[in-house]
Amino acid sequence: MLKLEARPQPSTAWTYGSPLLALVVTVLIGVLLFVALGKDPVAGLRVFFWDPIKSPYALGELTVKATPLLLIALGLAVCFRSNVWNIGAEGQYVLGAIAASGVALMADKGSSSWIVLPVLLAGVLGGMFWAGITAWLRDRFNANEILVSLMLVYVAVMLLSFMVSGPWKDPQGYNFPQSRTFDAATRIPRLFAGSRVSVGIFIALAGVACVWVFLFRTRAGFAQQVGGLAPAAARYAGFSSRRTLWVALLISGGMAGLAGALEVAGPIGQLTPYVPAGYGFAAIIVAYVGRLHPVGMVLSAVLMSMFYIGGELAQSRLGMPRSLTGVFQGLLLFTLLACDTLVNYRVRWAK
Amino acid sequence: MESYALLIAATLNAGTVLALASLGLLINEKAGIVNLGAEGMMLCAAIAGFAAVVHTGSDLLGFAAGIGAGALLALIFGALVIWLNTNQYATGLAVSLFGAGFSAFVGVGYVQQKMPERLQFEIPWLTDIPLLGPALFRQHPLAYLTVLLALALIWFLYRTRAGLVLRSVGESPESAHALGYPVRRIRLLAVVAGGALCGLSGAYISIVYTPLWVEGMVAGKGWIALALTTFATWRPARVLLGAYLFGGVTMLQFHLQGDGVEIPSQFLTMLPYLATIVVLALISTNPQWIRINMPASIGKPFYPGA
Repeated sequence: MLKLEARPQPSTAWTYGSPLLALVVTVLIGVLLFVALGKDPVAGLRVFFWDPIKSPYALGELTVKATPLLLIALGLAVCFRSNVWNIGAEGQYVLGAIAASGVALMADKGSSSWIVLPVLLAGVLGGMFWAGITAWLRDRFNANEILVSLMLVYVAVMLLSFMVSGPWKDPQGYNFPQSRTFDAATRIPRLFAGSRVSVGIFIALAGVACVWVFLFRTRAGFAQQVGGLAPAAARYAGFSSRRTLWVALLISGGMAGLAGALEVAGPIGQLTPYVPAGYGFAAIIVAYVGRLHPVGMVLSAVLMSMFYIGGELAQSRLGMPRSLTGVFQGLLLFTLLACDTLVNYRVRWAK
Repeated sequence: MESYALLIAATLNAGTVLALASLGLLINEKAGIVNLGAEGMMLCAAIAGFAAVVHTGSDLLGFAAGIGAGALLALIFGALVIWLNTNQYATGLAVSLFGAGFSAFVGVGYVQQKMPERLQFEIPWLTDIPLLGPALFRQHPLAYLTVLLALALIWFLYRTRAGLVLRSVGESPESAHALGYPVRRIRLLAVVAGGALCGLSGAYISIVYTPLWVEGMVAGKGWIALALTTFATWRPARVLLGAYLFGGVTMLQFHLQGDGVEIPSQFLTMLPYLATIVVLALISTNPQWIRINMPASIGKPFYPGA
């Protein structure tokens, strides 16, 4: 029988090897799935892993989708490292999008393009506010943050639906529930002509640097993680657990809100019911696959973005449901968790 | 008055969905395991049950398929959490994310499909009682079985030896292990039983509650069911009561909409989620109260000999 034997120390090799092994296993299961459904597995692998990187335009689209995933995951990593279980990033993202739209809709022909800054700021504040509700209920009432943050996702989506079918509905929109297209001045500046890549990617990369410095080079970031790893030690050191909670939720809410603002004022350009695209949930997987490390999450955000684009291409080219993306995302998290056993345990054959 | 009878009937119907899932999760949590994958298991069970009814025409096979789907996902969850010691929260999330994606993937072809004609259930004679008849006695048989199930669970947990062992595994796995009970096998059984009930609940949604298949149709009921175990402070009778209460909140929105109350429908749809948050906050305010009632080892892994 196979037996697990605890390692004296977690294996560094497997810490980095486990996500790769998980990816390999997920791809193998994917190939089997394609064969079982009578589709060409080589074509399947191509739409997921080659087509998203084969041309400059494709790379641009890959970046467009990786940006919000990376931003949200960065915030979630701070949360998860602090042992705060915020799984409602999707709702914070939606609130960020709503708040940013509120500012963007105030713009008119005469607005200067500096209005982009208040648009983004509104997004950050919107996300922080939504996460702040979870923090407050946890802090003041001891309510479970997992359930509260998740319930708030549904509330946020309903709020979005109300805004676009009520107060902000476009009167010239043929009765579709969506806002009018934002004024050009609010558009997040794009980097190149002919590609949708915007300065958002630089904001996300700056976020990588900031989170890295915060986590590994500041006392406050250290206090966050001690609170997560050893609450008793944190108490003894005088680190406040309430502060940990608020900081974690406000940072992750702000990052998710920023991602929402970049999305509505960027690729989408108006507020629609299709703003929630599951990025808030996919970012949980990005955070884990990237080992909750800022640099690792750059890679995993690109990988998850490939899953999104691969799913779209599988739909248009291979006639498969787009939800293939969700299947592979879930599988990747499953296999990652299983493979992570190897970090702390050795597998031994024992009689 | 007639409309109130219908509101009560609808409340019982919606409450049955929540009660089945929440009783299942209660069994898990009594053994010390939190399964955040309820939503995913219910979604997979909903499509499995719906597909089975469409293909075979038998509701019973539909429920069986739902139970099977829920139990299978729970088995995967349990194997990871109990034998590989993965984090319960993260693994449960994986079940929910995978379940949402997989059910949507499998269900694409079923979106416009129709099931055979639905039967109208009623208990002879009792159904003719004015008001009480339409309110209480025209439910699907599973609605009554759910009440029996809750009673059976009370008896099992508090009046049988096996129930005592299950609770001891949840309270102190170390002691149960020292007494020679196979803690991990008991936990796995509890997880699979919980998954089966979540599966039954999911199948009830797509076969009885709203007889059709739509992507994401469980709409957070799995998460509300999770909140219910806390709300009920881990007591089966209170789980049942809480389920009907939340079923009532869900149905109230349709009632208010029908009465022409001037509130945008989106705010009414928010009600059950907001109610969950408020109730969770109120019930958790006293940490002492939660600590006394909560199975002590909840969420913590157990590996014998470590």
